[in-house]
Amino acid sequence: MAARNSYDIVIVGGGPAGLAAAVAAKKAGTDSILIIERDKELGGILNQCIHNGFGLHTFKEELTGPEYAYRFIEQVYDLGIEYKLDTMVMDISRDKVVTAMNRTEGMFQIQASAVILAMGCRERPRGALNIPGYRPAGIYSAGTAQRLVNMEGYMPGREVVILGSGDIGLIMARRMTFEGAIVKVVAELMPFSGGLKRNIVQCLDDYGIPLKLSHTIVDIEGKERVTAVTIAEVGPDMKPIPGTEERYTCDTLLLSTGLIPENELSRGAGVEMNAVTSGPIVNEILETSIPGVFACGNVLHVHDLVDYVSEEATRAGTNAANYVQNGCADEKSGTDIQLVATEGARYTVPSTINVSRMEDNLTVRFRVGAVYKDSYVSVFFDDERVQHRKKRIMAPGEMEQIIIQKKKLADYPDLRTITVKIEAE
Amino acid sequence: MEKKNLTCIGCPMGCQITVEFEGEEVFSVTGNTCAIGDKYARQEVTHPERTVTSTIIVTGGDKERCSVKTKGNIPKEKIFACMDAINHVKAPAPVRIGDIVIENVCGTGVDVVATKNVSL
Amino acid sequence: MYDVIIIGAGVTGSAVARELSRYKLNVCVLDKEEDVCCGTSKANSAIVHAGFDAAAGSLMARFNVRGNEMMDDISRDLDVPFKRNGAMVVCINESEKDGLQELYDRGIANGVKGMQILTREEALEKEPNLSENVVAALYAPTSGIICPFILNIAMAENANANGVEFFFNTEVEAITPAVCGRSGDPIWKLRTNNGEYKAKYVVNAAGVYADVFHNMVSADKIHITPRRGDYCLLDKSAGNHVSHTIFPQPTKFGKGVLVAPTVHGNLIVGPTAVDIEDREGNNTTAAGIGDLIAKAGDHVRNLPIRQVITSFAGLRAHEDGHEFIIGEVKDAPHFIDCAGMESPGLASSPAVGEYVGAMLREKMGLEEKEEWIGTRKGILNPANLSIEERNELIKKEPAYGRIICRCEMITEGEIIDAIHRPLGARSLDGIKRRTRAGMGRCQAGFCSPRSMEIINRELGIAMEKITKLGGDSKMVLERTKGGAQ
Repeated sequence: MAARNSYDIVIVGGGPAGLAAAVAAKKAGTDSILIIERDKELGGILNQCIHNGFGLHTFKEELTGPEYAYRFIEQVYDLGIEYKLDTMVMDISRDKVVTAMNRTEGMFQIQASAVILAMGCRERPRGALNIPGYRPAGIYSAGTAQRLVNMEGYMPGREVVILGSGDIGLIMARRMTFEGAIVKVVAELMPFSGGLKRNIVQCLDDYGIPLKLSHTIVDIEGKERVTAVTIAEVGPDMKPIPGTEERYTCDTLLLSTGLIPENELSRGAGVEMNAVTSGPIVNEILETSIPGVFACGNVLHVHDLVDYVSEEATRAGTNAANYVQNGCADEKSGTDIQLVATEGARYTVPSTINVSRMEDNLTVRFRVGAVYKDSYVSVFFDDERVQHRKKRIMAPGEMEQIIIQKKKLADYPDLRTITVKIEAE
Repeated sequence: MEKKNLTCIGCPMGCQITVEFEGEEVFSVTGNTCAIGDKYARQEVTHPERTVTSTIIVTGGDKERCSVKTKGNIPKEKIFACMDAINHVKAPAPVRIGDIVIENVCGTGVDVVATKNVSL
Repeated sequence: MYDVIIIGAGVTGSAVARELSRYKLNVCVLDKEEDVCCGTSKANSAIVHAGFDAAAGSLMARFNVRGNEMMDDISRDLDVPFKRNGAMVVCINESEKDGLQELYDRGIANGVKGMQILTREEALEKEPNLSENVVAALYAPTSGIICPFILNIAMAENANANGVEFFFNTEVEAITPAVCGRSGDPIWKLRTNNGEYKAKYVVNAAGVYADVFHNMVSADKIHITPRRGDYCLLDKSAGNHVSHTIFPQPTKFGKGVLVAPTVHGNLIVGPTAVDIEDREGNNTTAAGIGDLIAKAGDHVRNLPIRQVITSFAGLRAHEDGHEFIIGEVKDAPHFIDCAGMESPGLASSPAVGEYVGAMLREKMGLEEKEEWIGTRKGILNPANLSIEERNELIKKEPAYGRIICRCEMITEGEIIDAIHRPLGARSLDGIKRRTRAGMGRCQAGFCSPRSMEIINRELGIAMEKITKLGGDSKMVLERTKGGAQ
């Protein structure tokens, strides 16, 4: 059994969200913190993201994933925050008993006063996409391939087709090219890429790799190892258009078709979920429907920049520390304001605001459902439009945000609903 | 005079920019909708540069590969020469973040440095 | 020289092998794949049918009902996940109600116990998510769900533990009659890619290839069509959507698209039925999956079809007469067919094993071994232990403390067991079928690199040689940096 069986804060996941939350909670004055990480080192998925471009917001310089992670890992060391590696959390109960397991301690339970969910996300597998064809070796999610190439040092294949133009897929197109593979094409179902422009240019265009928008895979050949895939253009109904098929011989198919927050533990605890984000519903302090259970990072909603994960996790960590230091009491007063995303805005994080507890300037993040050019982000306090900001471009791949000011809300004591929508004018 | 079409990476707009230039001299930049695009296009046609990230072999450590990067940008045309140099490195553990694994790679004046710690 | 060679390590061949392992006999099983359970046995509905579907008096009816009866003992003795969840054939059209009575009568004739015809209300009470249109339903409580992999693997392991040899990656290319030089008795010579095998008796349990082998030895030709069926497997979050196996009313094209829970808590939807030529053509098609999605909601309401975690296709060995062909081939003495083993082949397998075992016992005058052990322990599932028991186990075997498959919560200890037990796993799919590692919602994205490391360490197979399913199905091709260490 573990030496200790109670902590003020247990953080599930030692990736960027968990690390930043731990550091913030410690800095906010809570000492009894435990990070539980299932991999053999801290840092999470950043350890395999060896490309650069991380940290421009947080550190004002461009870092690689491992470097960015290490900035936080170092703080965890320096602050003496406890962590367990190679340890899997098996269950979180509603009353915040965390059951975990590893090789040396076996299965053990920890009573936490607060829990921070920071489990991250996972990739959508082929199965969820109903891609027809055989089921041979050589089909990998881009992230699995990334781990194999960057961390383990193995090449999954030599001739590659990629489905999905998410950032991991784009980054892997360049990585595989650097390691001597030939990337033949990247097919994207949507009429736009979910990846950053910079990645399309620097990972595909630089190496002459074609990106085919509105294309999907209609067949996978190869009974043992992939031998070819066929892609076809899709119509507005997302169905393949007969006659547009193109066959590519290849030995590898990488899938970069979306990320899904990994919320099995949250569901097990009874946390209420948001059907759009597949993450927990949280309030202004990033607390879930269970008091004292907080969520941040990709487990809450999938981010495109790790800097925002760190920022969000810092808030979750600070709020969890406050919760613990206030005797785990729910100190809010008044009613909650509901946040509603509609007309182009798909969701908001958080989902509710309680004015008595909110920060002076609360960042509300959201995503749009399609590409919008020269459109407006509008915020309504009940029926009154209070923000109307023109954006040259908004795309589903890039997270948007609005700021809600506490002092402004003071003028609206009976406010029930804040609505975020995209308007043409 | 040369003409080149670029996609701007400055923001999600991805403006299609056309640059007319000869050698180092840029005559016109069109298609961009802001100053970032102009600056990017001029740099990209005269001195395109990239940071290269990859891994090297590490011997005797707790990992067999260590991630590395060029400490700054290198000329785009030297990417594959740089990769080749990186592929030939075998560094003994331990390796610390920031350790130089190749000095002045391919004569670019830029070092290749480790981006991960590898212990013994 | 073997007394008996069984061609095919699928569920039928393995059932026969286990039955023959009771006797003082030299038996081997040949399979062209790298593992047991690689053909029809690994891709089917996983249903132990009650037996009302097959024509009265048919071998299908007889073996199905008997196999179903045997399944409680088999699953207990061999530690196979099995549950009698009951089946419902749902009528959604007043005019087709008579069809249920027909099925009921056929079931009675076949010896199926406990059937009832339910009114709309009774049906909805038993299964609230049935279609709004349900008019009536036939209820068959003896129908069950089983883990088809483990049934197959368990019978093979048990046969192996009792002395039956298994040779994998061994494809039979020709079968010719010969005479034993020593005894002068007739024997069979089997030419394979791995040399020649000889036996006094051959059991042909070759699934979609059974006609090929039959036709090598008999002038009385049979013909098997690979009938492809696409399936969708839904996430465990959808696993409780129905508790019974839900069938539409059968048509001349078969039993139709069923919706059923699996014994591991997923929901399965399928199969389609498309006759093809290629005996290895187990690829899914857009049309097939589209067809499934379109039909799946006919008898079950609000089916969460978007919760699909994987789709796959299996090939049924459909014999032209739609009947099992079981027994000694008339013009080829000592050559025993187990052919045409399509549905209800899984349910029937123990009965087919029993029948062939009894037949050979009679014909060959077999004697039982004194030391035969009819039971087999499955891979320990730590999830069934208390925390205290689990910690005892981890203290002894720390590998049981390390989770490798995060979706199904499979530990390293289970994977090591799967590798080292009799007929152990050598590939990722082999591990998957034995432990479920990689079978969950992330479909092996997380666990494959970790499982590969375990195979590498436990079996000394280089990472670059580890396969998904044998043959050339390598997971990685080389090391980065020019292959250097």
